[in-house]
Amino acid sequence: MRVALFVTCVNDALFPATGIATVTLLERLGVTVDFPAAQTCCGQPQFNSGYRRAAEGLVRHTARAFAAYEYVVTPSGSCAAMVREQYPRLGETSLPKRTYELTEFLVDVLHITDVGAYFPHTVTYHPSCHGLRTLGLGDRPRRLLHAVKGLELRELPGADECCGFGGTFAVKNADVSVAMGQDKVRSAVSTRADVLCAADNSCLTHLGGLIRRQQEPLRPLHIAEILSATEQHPYLPAELTR
Amino acid sequence: MSDTFLGMPAFPQAARVALHNTTLRANLRHATHTIRAKRAQAVAELSDWEQLRDAGRQIKDHTLRHLDRYLIQLEQAVTESGGTVHWAVDADDANRIVADLVKATGESEVVKVKSMATQEIGLNEALAAEGITAYETDLAELIVQLGDDRPSHILVPAIHRNRAEIRAIFTSEMAAWGRAAPDGLTDSPGDLAEAARLHLREKFLRARVAISGANFMVAETGTLVVVESEGNGRMCLTLPRTLISVVGVEKVVPTWRDLEVFLQTLPRLSTAERMNPYTSMWTGTVDGDGPQDFHLVLLDNGRTDVLADAVGRQALRCIRCSACLNVCPVYERAGGHAYGSVYPGPIGAILTPQLRGTTSAIDASLPFASSLCGACYEVCPVAIDIPEVLVHLRERVVDQSGAGHRTESIAMAAVSWALRHPSVLATAERLATTTRALHPRRPPGVRAWTAGRELPELPAQSFRDWWKENHR
Repeated sequence: MRVALFVTCVNDALFPATGIATVTLLERLGVTVDFPAAQTCCGQPQFNSGYRRAAEGLVRHTARAFAAYEYVVTPSGSCAAMVREQYPRLGETSLPKRTYELTEFLVDVLHITDVGAYFPHTVTYHPSCHGLRTLGLGDRPRRLLHAVKGLELRELPGADECCGFGGTFAVKNADVSVAMGQDKVRSAVSTRADVLCAADNSCLTHLGGLIRRQQEPLRPLHIAEILSATEQHPYLPAELTR
Repeated sequence: MSDTFLGMPAFPQAARVALHNTTLRANLRHATHTIRAKRAQAVAELSDWEQLRDAGRQIKDHTLRHLDRYLIQLEQAVTESGGTVHWAVDADDANRIVADLVKATGESEVVKVKSMATQEIGLNEALAAEGITAYETDLAELIVQLGDDRPSHILVPAIHRNRAEIRAIFTSEMAAWGRAAPDGLTDSPGDLAEAARLHLREKFLRARVAISGANFMVAETGTLVVVESEGNGRMCLTLPRTLISVVGVEKVVPTWRDLEVFLQTLPRLSTAERMNPYTSMWTGTVDGDGPQDFHLVLLDNGRTDVLADAVGRQALRCIRCSACLNVCPVYERAGGHAYGSVYPGPIGAILTPQLRGTTSAIDASLPFASSLCGACYEVCPVAIDIPEVLVHLRERVVDQSGAGHRTESIAMAAVSWALRHPSVLATAERLATTTRALHPRRPPGVRAWTAGRELPELPAQSFRDWWKENHR
C-alpha cells in the first residue's frame, strides 16, 4: 500500500521527529510512504482566525499537492479535522474522503492495534479536542498504546477537557489559555506518569512550554514516537532511561 | 441591548482580572464541575437523546423559517383568549411599552419572574428611571439585585457567589429592600433559602403587577410556558392582577406537541433534573382566576437581523439551558462577567455580537473568546454548532476591522503567500534552524506566549530536509 504523508507545517518546522517516527512506523508495517514536497499548511490557522480567503488559497494548494493519492495520512488530529470537517465548506470535497489521522489509519484501514512497539515507561494520554470531538477517534489511540509492550497507561483525570492551546487563542487570550494548560499539566502530573502523550503536537507545544517553564517531571511526546519505538530501536531520551 | 455593560474592556483584559480572583475561580470550578457531572448522568438516562436533539433542532429551524406565520397565529390566539399583544422593535421600545402599562395600573412596584429578555433590554433600570421598583424573586436574581451585582450565568446568575458571600449580602442588604434577614443567619442552604422565602413572601402578597418572560409560546393556542425550579414564578404568574410578559420572537413553537421535546431536554440539560419542579402555562385571561389583565410584548431587538444571517441564525434555536456554559473551559476560568453581556459563555459569544453588532471592543473580542474545543456543540440540546458560528463571526470582525488589525492582516497575508510556495517555506525553515543558536529564548513580540510558557526549541533540521537527505 502506498500513502502520502501529510506531515503538517508544525511537525515539519518544529517536530521533525514526529514525522520521522510516522515514516518509520508506517514502513515497518509494510506501507510505502511518499512525501509530496509541495505540501505546506492545511490553512487551519487562517480559517480559524477569520481569514477565509487566505485559507481558501491553502485549501486549493493542499488539495493539489495530494491529488494523486488514495490515502493521505497525517499525524495530527487537528489538521485531519480541518480537512475532514472544513474543506467541504471551503469547496474541496475529494481530499476529505482520502485523509486519515494516523491512529485512524492504523486501526480502521490497516486493522492493526498491536504495531509491535516497545516502550517501557508510564504514559498518560491527552485526547486533543479535534481528534476527540470532530474526528471521533474514540479509544483508538488508547487501544494502540495498550498494545505497546512494556507501556503502562495511566488514566488522565478530566481527559476530555481542552488543554487551552486553540491556535491563535493561545496568544489572543493568553491568560485563559495558560490557566487551562496549567490545570491540564496538573492533572497529568497527578498520574505520576513519565510521559504525557497526545496525537497532536500543537497541544503538546503549549503543554510542553508550560511543563518546561514549571520544570515538571513529565515529557510531552507524540503518539507516533511511542508507536515507532521497538526493542531493536528503542526510544532513548536521556531523562527516560534511568 | 442593555447598555449596562457598554464600555467594558475587551474579553482578554476582563478575563485576566477574573483569573486573579481565586475565590471566583474556586466558586466557578466547583459549581460548573458539579453540574457538568449531573447533566451527563441525566442525559445518559435518555435512550433517545440523539433523536430528541435532532427533533429540537428541526422544530426550531422550521419555526424560524416560518416565523412570520407563527407570530401572526400566536398574536391572534393570544388576542382571542383575552390578552393584548404589543410588538417591540428594540429595547427602548419594549421598555417604554412596559413602563406605560405599569403606570396605567397606578402601581409603583412590580414583582419579576426570572427572565433573560428583560435583563437583555435593561428593564429594571428603565423602570427605575420612571419611578417603578422591580423586585427580582428568583433566588439567584435576588442575590444579584441585593448585591448590586450583575448576573454571570444564564440559569444561575449568582454562580460566582458562594454561601458565605450570600449570607453577607442578605444580612447587610435585605432590610433596605423589605423584610430584613433573620438575626443570626447562618450560611446553611436551608437557612439562606428560608431568609429569601420570608423576604419575598410579603412582596408576592402585596404585588399587583408581575413581569415575566417565557421559555416557550405555543402559536396554536396562544399559550405561554414558564419552566422553573423555585415556585416564585408560579406566585408571580397567579397572584397579581396584571401580568406583562416580555418574550423574544424566537421563543414561539407551532404546537403543544413540540413542547414534548423541549420539556424533556431543557430540565435535563439545565438543572440535570428529569423534570423541573414547576411548569406554569397560561392562555390569555380567565374570569376570577389569575391575572385579569395580560399583556404580551413580543421583542425583536436584533433577532430578525440574526435571522437574516444563514450561518448565524442557528443561535436563535437556543432554549437558554446553559449546558454550554457549564462545560466551557473558558467560561469556567474567565467567569460570566468577562463576556460583558447578560448572555455569557459560548452562546453569549455568538449571540451578543449578533444582537449588538461588533463595533465595541468587548463585542468584537467575543468571537475570539474560545479555543474552539467543541464541548459546547457536543452538549447543545438543539445542536447549535457554536464553533462554526464563532469562526463565521471572526470573519466578520476581520473584514470590518481597520487599523487595529492591520499588522495581523499583513502578517497573515505574507505567511499565507509563503505557504503557497513550498520552496520559500523550505528556505525560511532552513534559515531558522541554521541560526537557532542565536535566537533569544524570549524574543520580543511573542510575550503573549512566553509570559507563561517556554517557546518550543527549534530542531537542527526540518522534516522536509530530513526527507530530502534520507529518502531521495
